[in-house]
Amino acid sequence: MGTRTRLRVTTALAVFTLAATACTGGGSGAGGTGGAVGKGGSLPRNETLYTTGTQWGPPANYNPLRNWDHATGTKGLVYETLFHFDPNEGKLTPWLAESGSWTDDKTYEVKLRQGVTWADGKPLTAEDVAYSYGLGKIEASAFHSLWSWLSDAKAVDDTTVRFTFKEARYQEWDFTLYGQPVVPEHVWSSRTDEDILNGVNDKPVGTGAYKLKSKSQDRVVWERRDDWWGTKALSMTPAPRYIVDVSNPSNEVVIGQLGQGQLDLSNNFLPGASSLVKSKKVVSYYDKAPYMLSANTAWLVPNTTKKPMDDAAFRRALAASVDTGKIVKGVYGDLVKPASPTGLLPQWEQFDDKALIAEKGFTHDAAAAKKELADAGYKDENGDGFVENKDGSTLSLKLAVPSGWTDWMEAAKVIAAGAKDAGIKVSTEFPDQNALNEQRGKGDFDLVINNERQLSSTPWTYYDYIFQLPVQKQQNTVNFGRYENEEAWKLVQELGGVKTDDTAGMKAAVSKIQDIQLTEMPIIPLWYNGLWSQSTTGTWTNWPSDAAGAPKTAPALWRNWLELGGFETLTQLKPAK
Amino acid sequence: MRRYFARKLLIYGLTFVVAVTVNWMIPRFMPGDPVSAMVARARVSQPEAAEAMRTYYNNLFGFDEPLWQQYLHFWGALLQGDFGISIFVFPTPVGDVLLDALPYTLGLMIPAVLLSWFVGNWIGALSARRKVLDNTVLPAGYLLTAMPYMWIAVILAWALGAKAGWFPISGGYSLDIQPGWSGDFVLDALHHWVLPFLSLFLVALGGWAIGMRNMIIYELESDYSSYLSALGAPQRLIRRYAFRNAVLPQVTGLALQLGVLVAGALVTEIVFAYPGLGSLILAAIQNQDFFLLQGAFLFIVIGVLIANFLIDIVYVVVDPRTRTGMAGGTS
Repeated sequence: MGTRTRLRVTTALAVFTLAATACTGGGSGAGGTGGAVGKGGSLPRNETLYTTGTQWGPPANYNPLRNWDHATGTKGLVYETLFHFDPNEGKLTPWLAESGSWTDDKTYEVKLRQGVTWADGKPLTAEDVAYSYGLGKIEASAFHSLWSWLSDAKAVDDTTVRFTFKEARYQEWDFTLYGQPVVPEHVWSSRTDEDILNGVNDKPVGTGAYKLKSKSQDRVVWERRDDWWGTKALSMTPAPRYIVDVSNPSNEVVIGQLGQGQLDLSNNFLPGASSLVKSKKVVSYYDKAPYMLSANTAWLVPNTTKKPMDDAAFRRALAASVDTGKIVKGVYGDLVKPASPTGLLPQWEQFDDKALIAEKGFTHDAAAAKKELADAGYKDENGDGFVENKDGSTLSLKLAVPSGWTDWMEAAKVIAAGAKDAGIKVSTEFPDQNALNEQRGKGDFDLVINNERQLSSTPWTYYDYIFQLPVQKQQNTVNFGRYENEEAWKLVQELGGVKTDDTAGMKAAVSKIQDIQLTEMPIIPLWYNGLWSQSTTGTWTNWPSDAAGAPKTAPALWRNWLELGGFETLTQLKPAK
Repeated sequence: MRRYFARKLLIYGLTFVVAVTVNWMIPRFMPGDPVSAMVARARVSQPEAAEAMRTYYNNLFGFDEPLWQQYLHFWGALLQGDFGISIFVFPTPVGDVLLDALPYTLGLMIPAVLLSWFVGNWIGALSARRKVLDNTVLPAGYLLTAMPYMWIAVILAWALGAKAGWFPISGGYSLDIQPGWSGDFVLDALHHWVLPFLSLFLVALGGWAIGMRNMIIYELESDYSSYLSALGAPQRLIRRYAFRNAVLPQVTGLALQLGVLVAGALVTEIVFAYPGLGSLILAAIQNQDFFLLQGAFLFIVIGVLIANFLIDIVYVVVDPRTRTGMAGGTS
């Protein structure tokens, strides 16, 4: 009896286990297996590049038009653009296009390369390009604004595309030329608008050097196409046969995997990166501070619709109160560089008007900040060590940075301490990132830090970011501080209309803008964020660095960076023997 | 028998309805708007385009309907097994995202629950009889059961992973392998599975061992045991009866433990970057992905309900009192 019951118990439990494990699992293999590796096999280590630091979750889609959430490499490895941009030369490099030129003030013609084919063997034609740019006409498309100044994109013959403009925005056009992916019309034309904008596109057909091999919850695997056009036309071949991009695990895990040589390239921000470089565990672009190239500027954004941030004198005082040096050293361990008073990235240094900066630029100086405040009529009436508003009401500001962004949280504390030394009361708060984005969009904040504008082909993108008008109900991308200055915006548009090869004209236009920027301080530059990049040399060598003979391209696979040198980096890698 | 199950099913049905309703309410009444977040992420500067996008997404996710309709639609979709579209892994259906992660979570949970229960009961029963064993098992059990899951996970990762280097400390499988049914992959997955499994197993084990030990001692001192030994029955027989009586509360405990273990598994997964539901839930929270969160919680609720129901069935088998209770009332 005893044994019998026990037997029955175990049977019941066994059934329970079976019922619960009856569903099988495993990753979802995408189409197109083949090559040396079947499903469930492992990739040969010496032909595979492992990367991380670009994805925060499962690869979502392979739709190049969804430039904000497609899987890393969708644009750049599979879909390509007409041009790339070389930040070192400051020039567009022809990619799918053989050449492009302005035939008159409002017409731009692109000549395509011969012999470029899609992954399905069909040739790339001018029709494909016209079609791809035409997709912006769909109202819900993210690049719909292009068509407010472009009037037509037409294929003149098989290899010529003619773009006609309502308004020639030369600077923005260059930016578009290396930003907009080209998709195959013969595959996409049968799709509905909704599918074009929101489809998952999990069998992507591109012109690029890679095709999708497989995907799973935490990684995406790309496989090299040996018939890629660039091998002949550009004499370039990306070295890794496979690229495996892994979603970001925690920093600890990344450091562990770098230490064991399982990862080749990490584009994460790792707080201890300098010690990893010093101990020779990883290599970075510079072997001493700041270790990294600069990728974008971090700004302190005051909400200019609120008192006292609507007062330029107050903003200038706030700018002078920030001890950026302390942030660079104390918070980042010299992984970043302090920004110039204009905030233009080092790559754009030639556009900084040095004489103007010497005259009107600000530096960290608590005494000067105090003086500026006193002159403008901000006094400390009640003797609590903090100034009040001009009308005597309490002045207390909140600086909000996203919770969990530890480096920014520390930086915010330094900013608050600096403000306190100058007599301005700033407290920090750390809301959830999404909640903060929403408040920022609505203009419901005092101070935030933001670095969303990356390096690009032109400083115009930065001025567009600072001054763009009109201010909308929701500010999603630019001018979060809702600063309204018609004159400045006019100057920015003038800069946008300067031809991109007219450096002198650009400098003159930028100088006028910087004059307003330095006196008005609509937004306060803090530091240059690094192009975070740590590589190991166990499997792949010849990483970009400032050493003689090393490549000088960007060692990053972040969104839009493949066109800024990231892809070229892949072609320069060498297997470690 | 039928009445017993009918009553149980009714209770589970009600629990399910309440759980689904709460599940539907929480994200909708939470601050924050996922559509705004999506439009903001898309970096659209033009107001017309942003508005068009917003309208499109509102319509897609059904936010433009009155609440009661949203609620009914939610039920309708749910009964067809449709959990909506993920926002964060747009445009993949939530069901697909979850099904990819589910095997990893189940693969951790089920062995951890069952093995810790069996092994714990066995050790507990043994230690009730042996002084030496008791003096070690009891303190160790208390120590283990009091440990937070994530803490023991970190300790294990450090000791057996980082220091000894025996086991990998993150991921569900190696970077260089592709999921599939090959020997290589299975071995590799098992290798990655050991540490997360151990952290769940050890914590649960302590509780079971202590519970069993106490129950056995209690049963051995009860009237029927004294009576049996007075009759001169062999110790083995008495112990067997004691064991069978002592197991009953443990079965009940198993049902209660399941909920706790789910939470433990989620935390453990996050520590080991294990690609299961836990890591997904964390990502869904960070990205305000209503639908993914809802789906994940529903999966968990359904899982716990099914497990409890199975334990009810087991209970009928092992506890004769439930059977007489069912038949009771009609003599």
